[in-house]
Amino acid sequence: MERKIRVLVAKPGLDGHDRGAKVIARALRDAGMEVIYTGLRQTPEQIVSAAIQEDVDVVALSILSGAHNHLFPRVVELLKERGADDVLVFGGGVIPEEDIPFLKSKGIAEIFGPGTPTSKTIEFIRANVKRPLH
Amino acid sequence: MTDFEKLEQEFKAWQAKVEKANEKYPERKKQFVTGSNAPVDRVYTPLDQKDFDYSSQLGLPGEFPYTRGVQPTMYRGRLWTMRQYAGFGTAEESNTRYKYLLEQGQTGLSVAFDLPTQIGYDSDHPLSEGEVGKVGVAIDSLADMEVLFDGIPLDKVSTSMTINAPAAVLLAMYVAVAEKQGVSAQALSGTIQNDILKEYIARGTYIFPPAPSMRLITNIFEYCSKQVPNWNTISISGYHIREAGATAVQEVAFTIADGIAYVEAAIKAGLDVDEFAPRLSFFFNAHNDLFEEVAKFRAARRVWAHIMRDRFGAKNPKSWMLRFHTQTGGSTLTAQQPDNNIIRVTLQALAAVLGGTQSLHTNSRDEALALPTEQAVRIALRTQQIIAYESGVAETVDPLAGSYYVESLTDRIETEVLQYIKRIDDLGGAVKAIEQGYIQQEIQDSAYAWQMDVENGERVIVGLNKFQVKENPPQGLLRVDPAVGERQKQKLAALKAGRDQKAVDSALASLRNAASSSDNLMPPILEAVRGYATLGEICSVLREEFGEYRPNVMF
Repeated sequence: MERKIRVLVAKPGLDGHDRGAKVIARALRDAGMEVIYTGLRQTPEQIVSAAIQEDVDVVALSILSGAHNHLFPRVVELLKERGADDVLVFGGGVIPEEDIPFLKSKGIAEIFGPGTPTSKTIEFIRANVKRPLH
Repeated sequence: MTDFEKLEQEFKAWQAKVEKANEKYPERKKQFVTGSNAPVDRVYTPLDQKDFDYSSQLGLPGEFPYTRGVQPTMYRGRLWTMRQYAGFGTAEESNTRYKYLLEQGQTGLSVAFDLPTQIGYDSDHPLSEGEVGKVGVAIDSLADMEVLFDGIPLDKVSTSMTINAPAAVLLAMYVAVAEKQGVSAQALSGTIQNDILKEYIARGTYIFPPAPSMRLITNIFEYCSKQVPNWNTISISGYHIREAGATAVQEVAFTIADGIAYVEAAIKAGLDVDEFAPRLSFFFNAHNDLFEEVAKFRAARRVWAHIMRDRFGAKNPKSWMLRFHTQTGGSTLTAQQPDNNIIRVTLQALAAVLGGTQSLHTNSRDEALALPTEQAVRIALRTQQIIAYESGVAETVDPLAGSYYVESLTDRIETEVLQYIKRIDDLGGAVKAIEQGYIQQEIQDSAYAWQMDVENGERVIVGLNKFQVKENPPQGLLRVDPAVGERQKQKLAALKAGRDQKAVDSALASLRNAASSSDNLMPPILEAVRGYATLGEICSVLREEFGEYRPNVMF
């Protein structure tokens, strides 16, 4: 039997807008995933520690402050350093389209902008999760 | 037969007729609801207002319970203050934007600070990396504040500052800049947001735990009542609560519950209610459901007037008046077909004006994508000006009063708000309700329900889940110069090298002593600010003395 996908929903940076993060967290849980939400103001180091400690398959980053180019790549780098580069990392928030190629080149699998239905995020996770579920 | 009985008969007959026709030509939906999911009837009549009592429910403008507005002549006397929230990058860049806005006919300033400033970190703090100047202007010390207001006479403009946990520090900096301009604190007018409870609930820029936070707030109330008498010492905010997903009723209910907590804290600290209550102000959101939003503002005024007079025994009518700023709803904007946002903002601004707002910020069409460009901000400001000068809605007071629908909505919102307040009182007040996560959970439930309604198409968002088009990526968005962080760090290093370090150390030591006593913290903060102690240094002392807030995370 397939095990449940484990997801860490994380808020890097200092912004306090977590309506989106919480809605996503709940939607993923309702879709049968195991979800942990970090709360606000997490450093990339804290996020990666939590991801490893919780043994997650997916890290979903949410940011609205504009610091994504600085913080998202750092999360991927640290996961790699700690041998967890099979964790799927993607992001969402207010992120200009022109930043997306840069973020993807740094290993962020996808960026979901405002207005993305939660169903799309759920499908994306199911289709792209890298670690084996059996 | 009374008039009501006659109407009731007519109504029943009419309804039977309509229901019959409905079988053949059904209405668009089985159930119509407001933007906040409250049921909407087919039509409203005097039957919905059978117990209506004009004097007690509405009263005249400028009279208790202020349902119709806090001023007798409202916008016939003076239009609302047009106040666009702005700030980004360095103090120099923001100063340029403020001067531009004032030239365009804006009538008050509203300062947006970057996140490190809002959380009490200097630009060189490790957590500030990547955040400096992004969502607002970076302020590290009085030196930045002097640049921010350079050439702007502080006795002539009123300034609103969106600052909460470190509000005392930024207020002190504003007072110190005024001193340098030769303007006395007595002549200053403006607002600090200073509303920590909604930070715990919805906005997230808290620093200290509730008890010392409430102390800082009451210290400001006390200080300003004597030294800065025309200052709005708090802007009790529903805006962010609504943005986090609350309904219109929840927005008003949780905001007023927070207001009650502040009044109780100040009274407990020994202040007389009429000494500080006239300077309390509010901040609400305006979403798309025009009538519900108008009713919300009217209900909020009525509820607050009763609470202040009947619950707290305030005697000064100014203590009973709920004065508020409005901002249009950021979360209602779409990244898709962003020009449509201009229309949304127009509807929302209209609701705010019909609801009797004292000041207004209209969002720019590009704000679902980035900070607004100058051109987008100008359209947003023009939207207010067209409503003010061309629409005619400002020519008479509270023009929707007496509408069967609007009065029914106003009554319903009032009733439901009072039920929430009762529930929060039963939990031990707003602080306890927040600590238990009750308020946050209520909001999250509404946010999730909204998202599901949008996803299953029950709520139509034009351009998002209906009437979509294929679009090219938007062009010409505002980008904050990534070098801001470095520049700000250099300025900070130069400041620290050039100031009288002994004076700074001694001012910070006095602040530490005051923090561990029960003295008012405003005078030592002002002293530290005058000597160019940085925001981060001041907040660091307070962090050591007070500790930091650790939220209960849930979803």
